Amino acid sequence: MKRLTAILAFAFAFVLFTGQASAVTFKFAFQGDLKSLDPYSLNETFTHGVLGNVYEGLTKRDKDLKIIPGLAERWEILEPTRWRFYLRKGVKFHNGEDFTADDVVFSADRARGPSSDVKTRLPADARVVKVDDYTVDFILSGPNPILNYEWDTWYILSKKWSEENNSLTAQPQAGQQMNYAALHANGTGPFIITEHQAGVRTIFKRNPNWWGKLESNFDEVIFTTISNDATRVAALLSGDVDWADPIPLQDVARVNASGVAKVLQGPELRTIFLGFDQYRPELKYSNIKGKNPFKDVRVREAFYLAIDENAIKGKVMRGAATPSALMISPLLFDLSKDFVRPAYDPDKAKKLLADAGYPDGFEVTMDCPNDRYVNDEAICQAIVAMLARVGVKIDLLAQPKAKYFAKILVSGGYDTSFYLLGWTPGSFDSWNILANMYRCRDEKGVGGNNNVGNYCKPEMEDMTKAVLVEGDKAKRDQLIKQAYELGQVQDWAYVPLHQQALAWGVSNHVAVAQRPDNQILFYWFRKE
Amino acid sequence: MLAFVLRRAVQAVLVMIVVALIAFTLFRFVGDPINQMVGIETSAQEREALRQQLGLNDSVVVQFAHFIWGAAHFDFGASYQFKQPVVDLIAERFPATMELSLVSALLSLLLGIPMGVYTALHRTSWLSRFFLTVSLVGISLPTFLIGILLIFVFAVTLGWLPSFGRGDVVDLGFWTTGLLTKSGLRAIILPAVTLGLFQMALIMRLVRSEMIEVLRTDYIKFARARGLPDRIVYFGHALKNTLVPVMTIAGLQFGSIIAFAIITETVFQWPGMGLLFLKAVQNADIPIMSAYLLLVAAIYVAINLVVDLLYVVVDPRIRIDARAA
Repeated sequence: MKRLTAILAFAFAFVLFTGQASAVTFKFAFQGDLKSLDPYSLNETFTHGVLGNVYEGLTKRDKDLKIIPGLAERWEILEPTRWRFYLRKGVKFHNGEDFTADDVVFSADRARGPSSDVKTRLPADARVVKVDDYTVDFILSGPNPILNYEWDTWYILSKKWSEENNSLTAQPQAGQQMNYAALHANGTGPFIITEHQAGVRTIFKRNPNWWGKLESNFDEVIFTTISNDATRVAALLSGDVDWADPIPLQDVARVNASGVAKVLQGPELRTIFLGFDQYRPELKYSNIKGKNPFKDVRVREAFYLAIDENAIKGKVMRGAATPSALMISPLLFDLSKDFVRPAYDPDKAKKLLADAGYPDGFEVTMDCPNDRYVNDEAICQAIVAMLARVGVKIDLLAQPKAKYFAKILVSGGYDTSFYLLGWTPGSFDSWNILANMYRCRDEKGVGGNNNVGNYCKPEMEDMTKAVLVEGDKAKRDQLIKQAYELGQVQDWAYVPLHQQALAWGVSNHVAVAQRPDNQILFYWFRKE
Repeated sequence: MLAFVLRRAVQAVLVMIVVALIAFTLFRFVGDPINQMVGIETSAQEREALRQQLGLNDSVVVQFAHFIWGAAHFDFGASYQFKQPVVDLIAERFPATMELSLVSALLSLLLGIPMGVYTALHRTSWLSRFFLTVSLVGISLPTFLIGILLIFVFAVTLGWLPSFGRGDVVDLGFWTTGLLTKSGLRAIILPAVTLGLFQMALIMRLVRSEMIEVLRTDYIKFARARGLPDRIVYFGHALKNTLVPVMTIAGLQFGSIIAFAIITETVFQWPGMGLLFLKAVQNADIPIMSAYLLLVAAIYVAINLVVDLLYVVVDPRIRIDARAA
């Protein structure tokens, strides 16, 4: 009897042991929270990236950001204003329902409906028509060659599930009523969320019924927020997590030397740049009264030439930056190679300032965030020192992002004279840059909503419109190039500084695919 | 006694209204919450509509009145970041903070009092000097530094304990506890030591000086003269008389343990209220901030009351009614 018990115990232990040994658990930590599981309630890279393991769009993007089929097997443009999408058959949501055209029509309405933060994913006036259960037409009011450029993060929700759970609209930003979809997820993707505690941790399980072939070998994935930099690095080095982001620049060498993990520093899409108030007749924060020096193109050029971006890259960014000639990453615009960043030339800068009537420079306040981008405040401090060499005295106002954005963006009435900002085009396309940064805007931000300094040229308006409707890629690229030549080369509208580098801390046991948009798509990761 | 408690309750409400008012004034300066709630491409009109919905365009007085009215019903609104009712979020995080605080308070008492007694009795021994040195470190080093050092030594270098988090928790329905699982117990050690070190040092030094004082008094000499054994003199007579100030300090410090758990929780990514609060400050999440501040104020007031009542138990000479008058 005793012996039997022993055998049983052994067998049980064996099962238990092998059961655990075969389950692969991937743990990852990020500095921010996964704020909502509702894919329409916050337009933010991290949220969209993580949810991209759970939800899917009609189209997706591959490891090189190329558009590939997702829930739509293929699509064709029947006429410039009518796109037809053929849906993948046999796809099931996590709760077992079939995915059909009704879900697409529903999701299109929900994404453009009240309290959605992803309204820009598809045109407000586009009509979405179900042809049959697996065919959907998108009827547009005008040609739009980049219709599906942002659809990798326009996730398809189940109509039936949303109706049953009273989640017909995106989670409202205000009010007590809690949307079921904000705390639960029901996608079609390779991973299923089994547990979610907002701001603490989220657990994912592999979806055995996924339609695709899963590259990842993870059975379980655990996400934890670790907001403290030192703790996040310690968690990676001690093996408590397999992946951590971001690793602060000063810890990169230490992590690489640890022997347990390394830092992957691929280029990111975000461009860090400086902008000028080119609109107000008199600068709000300057000692020059009665006129606005930044209206003079020579002053803008002088600022550009007075800043030594290579020094910023080397000293402030410790090499983890790619100096940029344009407001867009070279990965996103094929003709970027035709543009060269003008070299640092303080003597010419001084001369330009003198020509413009400021031989002794002038004073201006610079707005800068101190907790938003990699070493943002340090970059601003370096710029203050560089501009001082050509006689421009900068009064630096570096603030936390909550205060900074409230001041310089539309909600604060674009209250700035000179600022540092970062921008990633959500559509991975230049039109987003032109529309947001180079179009004129009014006081309320209608037009180029994020054109903080209000650079405004009628020719640029026309070019932007032409880019929007041009369907031929080569012609379109030429149009975009002309626009950048006007805005950057001729008008010096902004001072693009660099694309900062990503800083993923990755355990040596894990193989990852790092995409420059910093989406964490762990369905491509493997752990040995 | 009842009158005393009631009077205290009224005072408590006043204290909390003042805290709410101060907090509310401060919130004017944390930045625009709307920017944290929506992506950067959201248009000005939508932002404006959202401000209107949230009541951010009302006057401060109206907003404050709304808030007090809600608070009186335990309704603190929904978090701007998580879009969940603040009450739920805090209820979810409250057990983590309380467990951490209780364990560190216990740790500081259980270690601090014996160490204090020992150093008072054996003032010149090398162990006493060692304790005093440790306590100096505990008092002078900032919490976040101690935490990072502990993580570096015990998690990264030695690999004995986890570097962050709370481990696995058991849900008891009304309370989640990490004290019933192995990983939970392992996870609480470093944060509890970090949080309790300062208290331990403080209590030890307090007990020591009080004890030295008391040992000089006449009744101790008399007790010795009666031929009582050392054990009874030290622990029965002397220690008991040192406990009144220790209790006050330990009680009040418990309030600050809860309040200052913010830093320890941030360093260890401990999923408690403090961490929630800090994130709320960064994201201008006003509903969480205001509810948290009110809760901490309420805890302080409650602890004070308990401490006052405990005096009577320890020292019957203290008369509460006389004090309250």
